[in-house]
Amino acid sequence: MRDTVTSDEAAIHLDHVSKVFGKPGSAEAYRAVDGLDLDVRSGQMLALLGKTGCGKSTIFNMIAGLTEPTSGTVRVSGRDPFGDFDSFRGKMAIVFQNDRLLPWRSAIENVELGLEMLGVPAAERRASAQLWLTKLGLGGHENDYPHALSGGMRQRVSIARAFATNANILLCDEPFSALDESTAGRLRAEFVRLVKENGKTAVFITHSISEALEIGDRIVVLKRPAKIAYDVSFDAATDQRERELIRSRIGDVLAV
Amino acid sequence: MSETTSQSGSSPRANWLLAALRRFATSVLPFVVVIAIWQFASLFFPRFLFPSLIDVFWRCLEIFSSGAMFADVLSTIFRILAGLAGAFIVGGGLALVMVRSRAVDNFLSPILTLLQGIPALSWVVFAIIWFHGVEFRIFFIMVMTTLPAFTFQVLGALRAMSRDLMEMVFSFRPTRMKLFRVMIAPAILPDILTAWKVNLGNASRVVVVAELVGATGGVGYQLLQQQQLFDMAGALAWTLQLVFFVLIVQGALTLIENTAFRYRAVSERAI
Repeated sequence: MRDTVTSDEAAIHLDHVSKVFGKPGSAEAYRAVDGLDLDVRSGQMLALLGKTGCGKSTIFNMIAGLTEPTSGTVRVSGRDPFGDFDSFRGKMAIVFQNDRLLPWRSAIENVELGLEMLGVPAAERRASAQLWLTKLGLGGHENDYPHALSGGMRQRVSIARAFATNANILLCDEPFSALDESTAGRLRAEFVRLVKENGKTAVFITHSISEALEIGDRIVVLKRPAKIAYDVSFDAATDQRERELIRSRIGDVLAV
Repeated sequence: MSETTSQSGSSPRANWLLAALRRFATSVLPFVVVIAIWQFASLFFPRFLFPSLIDVFWRCLEIFSSGAMFADVLSTIFRILAGLAGAFIVGGGLALVMVRSRAVDNFLSPILTLLQGIPALSWVVFAIIWFHGVEFRIFFIMVMTTLPAFTFQVLGALRAMSRDLMEMVFSFRPTRMKLFRVMIAPAILPDILTAWKVNLGNASRVVVVAELVGATGGVGYQLLQQQQLFDMAGALAWTLQLVFFVLIVQGALTLIENTAFRYRAVSERAI
C-alpha cells in the first residue's frame, strides 16, 4: 500500500470494477456494474450521467467506500476506500440526494459535524461552519433546526457541511434533484463556483443532460449495467454549437 | 372608502393566562372528580372501607415528617431506581449485541420472550429459593421483571434508526465513540425515555411485591402491616407515596423530553 500519490496519478481509479447484488451466479443475482474502467484526474469535475437504475449510485457508493466491489479495483488517491475506510477521514466529502441533516442539530451544528469527526477544536470549527453558512447565504439561520428551514436552505446546509471539511474529493449524488428548477439552478451555479475556487476533484451524479453540461468539464454516460457508453471532455472555451452537439449525442446514446 | 380592522377582545398576556388556566383545569379535573367521589363515599361507608381523605392526608403528613417512615419510602425508591438502572444497563448491552449479530438475536429473542411471560410473583418465589440476602433478592426480581421490556425497547430504537442518516455520518469516517455520541445516542434517546416511563410504572408495582420477600422496611412492608391492622387510611397513604414518586419522576422525564427534543417540528393539527 502506498501513502503518497504522485501528481500525475488519477485521483479516482476504477479498474474493471463489477458489482453484483445477491449471491453471484444465483437466479436472484443482479449485476449493477459490469467491468467498469474509469479514471478521474485531480481537479476534474466529472458528471456521471445515466438513466435511473443504470448503477450510478452503486459506483458512487463504491468510490465513497460504503460498498465493496464484487470484483475489480477501486482506488481513491491510491488507496482502497472500502478497505482503508478510516484513512479517508477528512479527505472525501459527500453531498447526498436529500439533505440528510441530523434533525437534533441546528444548522451550524450540522455543518460542524465533519470537523467534529476530525477533532477540530470547538472554537475553530464554529468559526469555519459560520464562514461556510455565510458563503452559502445562510447567515442568520445558524441556530435554526432543519425542520424550520426550506428544502433549498437545508440542501445548502448539507453543501456547507461537505465543503467545511476542506476535503479534496467531493462526491455528489443528484444533490439538486429534489429542488425546484430556480433554486436548483442557483445552487448549481454556487456549487460550481465553490468547487472551482477550492480546486476540488468532484464526481457529480445526475440524470439531467442540462445539469451535466452545466456542471461537468467531463461527462460520462452510463448504460445499464453501468458500462461507459459515451465519454466527452470540454471546457469553458467550448462554444454553444459544440455543446449542442454534445447534448444531441448524449440524447442519442441514452435513447438506444 | 371603507376600512376594516380586526381587534381581538383581549391582550396576548390574558390569552396566555387563559390557556394556562385551561390546561391546568383539564389536568387537575380528573383528580378532583376521583377525590370528590371517594370523599362522598366516605360519608356513607365504614371508615375501614372508605376512610375520609382528610385522615389519609394526615397519615401522609405523618410519613413525610417521621424520619423512620420516610426512610422506608426512600429505600423503596432506591430499590426501584437500582432495579431499573440494572435492567437498563444489561438490556441496553444485550440490545447492542443483538443488533450487531443476527445469530445472537435469534438466540436471545426467544429467551427474553419467555422471561417476559413469567409473572412477578414467580420471580419472588424463585428469588426466595435461590438467594439469601433480601436486598439482592429485590434487585434480582426488579431486574428480571423489567429486563425484557428494556431490551426490546432499546433494540427497536436501534433498528429504527435512519439508514440514510447513519450512512451520512459514516461518510465522515467517525470513530465508534463519536458515532455513538453524534448519531446513535440522540437517535435512540426518545425511545429510551419512553422505555423508562413505561418501566417506571411497572417497577413501582413490582417493587411492592418484591418487598414481601422478607424486607423489614419499605412501602411493600408497610402495606403488609396496614393489611394486618385493617387500616385503609394507612394503606392509602403508603400507596400514595409510590404514586407521588412516579408522578415526580414522570414529570422530570417529561421536562427532559421538552428540553432535549425542542428540535422537533410541532404540527398545528393534532393526530
